[in-house]
Amino acid sequence: MKRSQQCGHDTSSRAERTLATLAVVAAISRADVAHLASLARISMTDAELDVMAGQLDVILGAVGRVQEVAAADIPPTSHPLPLTNVFRDDVPAPSLAPDEALAAAPIAEGQRFRVPRILDEE
Amino acid sequence: MSGDSELCRLEASELAKRIADRDVSAVEVAQAHLDRIAALDTAYHAFLHVDVDGALAQAKRVDAGEVEGPLAGVPLALKDVIVTRGVPTTAGSRILEGWLPPYDATIVERMRDAGIVVLGKTNMDEFAMGSSTEHSGYGAAHNPWDLDRTPGGSGGGSAAAVAGFLAPLGIGTDTGGSIRQPAAVTGTVGIKPTYGGVSRYGLIAFSSSLDQAGPCARTVLDAALLHEVIAGHDSRDSTSIDAPVPPVVDAARDGDVSGMRIGVVKEFAGDGYQSGVTARFDEAVATLAGLGAEVIEVSCPHFDYALAAYYLIAPSEASSNLARYDAMRYGLRVGDDGEASAEAVMAATREAGFGAEVKRRIILGTYALSAGYYDAYYGQAQKVRTLIKRDFESAFEQVDVLVSPTTPTTAFKLGERVDDPLSMYLADLCTIPSNLYGGPAMSVPCGLSDDGLPVGFQVMAPVLADDRLYRVGAALEQALGTAALLDEVWRRDHAATS
Repeated sequence: MKRSQQCGHDTSSRAERTLATLAVVAAISRADVAHLASLARISMTDAELDVMAGQLDVILGAVGRVQEVAAADIPPTSHPLPLTNVFRDDVPAPSLAPDEALAAAPIAEGQRFRVPRILDEE
Repeated sequence: MSGDSELCRLEASELAKRIADRDVSAVEVAQAHLDRIAALDTAYHAFLHVDVDGALAQAKRVDAGEVEGPLAGVPLALKDVIVTRGVPTTAGSRILEGWLPPYDATIVERMRDAGIVVLGKTNMDEFAMGSSTEHSGYGAAHNPWDLDRTPGGSGGGSAAAVAGFLAPLGIGTDTGGSIRQPAAVTGTVGIKPTYGGVSRYGLIAFSSSLDQAGPCARTVLDAALLHEVIAGHDSRDSTSIDAPVPPVVDAARDGDVSGMRIGVVKEFAGDGYQSGVTARFDEAVATLAGLGAEVIEVSCPHFDYALAAYYLIAPSEASSNLARYDAMRYGLRVGDDGEASAEAVMAATREAGFGAEVKRRIILGTYALSAGYYDAYYGQAQKVRTLIKRDFESAFEQVDVLVSPTTPTTAFKLGERVDDPLSMYLADLCTIPSNLYGGPAMSVPCGLSDDGLPVGFQVMAPVLADDRLYRVGAALEQALGTAALLDEVWRRDHAATS
């Protein structure tokens, strides 16, 4: 963990201050980014990992400002509307024909998508 | 260019009237716009795909009287994030290059039924992530006011098409300002309707709790006419609001703001705002007061945290939504040599198919949702979202609408911010709160800054009070004469091409 510096004399604009790093933020390492990229299924070169780690550290510093807001007793909002489940009658309706559904497949075989192997060879 | 190009200068409502009166055919109108695109879009790069056959076929249907409506025969530029059956749809990403969707978005069906002629699909930041179109997988679009500058983003292609008279109407999508910020920097009108007011069925998802499609146009009335065509309940979108469409066309025709209470957001002013932006904004507020509106300064203290909350919530949702690009059922597939595992093929495909900004946001979202960081980042951002919503609700107890500049600066130069993600994110500073809240918001031009570039005036309204935006927008447009600002673009282009 690192603690970012707060400027003693703030001459930055309001817009810049909005992004100023004030909160305590977790430093994000190159190894962290490599792990996240693997979770997100994105291959990255060493050079990409270096750039990404530096940029994410700066971005996390800025967005970490949300931690300044005292919100312990505030409920979270996940959606702008009060969502309720929507039901409809189960009525048969036209849907995509198999050839339409398969038309964009990288590889199709018969009436199926052909995919790379998903199990280890054993 | 042929003399028919004068047709491209007309606003949508006027074109529709002439077509309905049989003064001109819909095919002539479509062809005039297609010719202009052929002549000018090498400079603007507003379109990723021009659908000549589809546009002319739809125009013929209008001329045959098969469809009618207040916008029948009027051409439109459609953001490439909206799916169109059999017409290439990429969302600005290489991962979807060459994809032909097997279905139409609901708004595409509604526009077809209304006789609107879709000219093609417009350029955008990849998956709508960006404020300049420089994150497009196919190269940036250019601002008709100054080709060295951005037309904004993510919907810069639609805004450039409308500002450059390639189409009188456009469709954009707005997750954090992607309709309003491009409108502001191109001198056009752009509206983010109330969340749930326009169906998201067939809108390629970026951040599902924030994404909203809406109209772009050169006049407030044209935008309202398009708004009425695309809005309304859709059973195929579970977040679609089942309520009457607000009377936006009536409000745009009326434009009476006397007695309206207009709240100036205190937090969106001061240093960091270009002096010409502040000057035009202040003059516009004074104009509204002169028209009989009551102007009140309002504080929304949590708006200062909106940008930070947004850049946690949107990437988190994006990291989940973009998991569907897995190289299995459609889109790009890389590295499938018969030996590689599905997981290796996915990782190689996503490496090759996604651009830098999309990767940055997926990684950021994955981080914010990780065990151990969830509460501090995503969870806290959701609480801040509640506080921003409460700021709006308490403000709307005192005022009918809130106003601010749409963006802190006019159009920035291409290349100026592309390597500095945080400075790019600042372009959305004033537009993000309405997305987090869910209410409607508009950008309407309010003049030119000292640098000769357009300034946008933002109006924000309560949920389902979209008509108030049009009332204020129409009043300003009429009082300031801002619809004529784009004449400068027209004169210059026309001299260059005729």
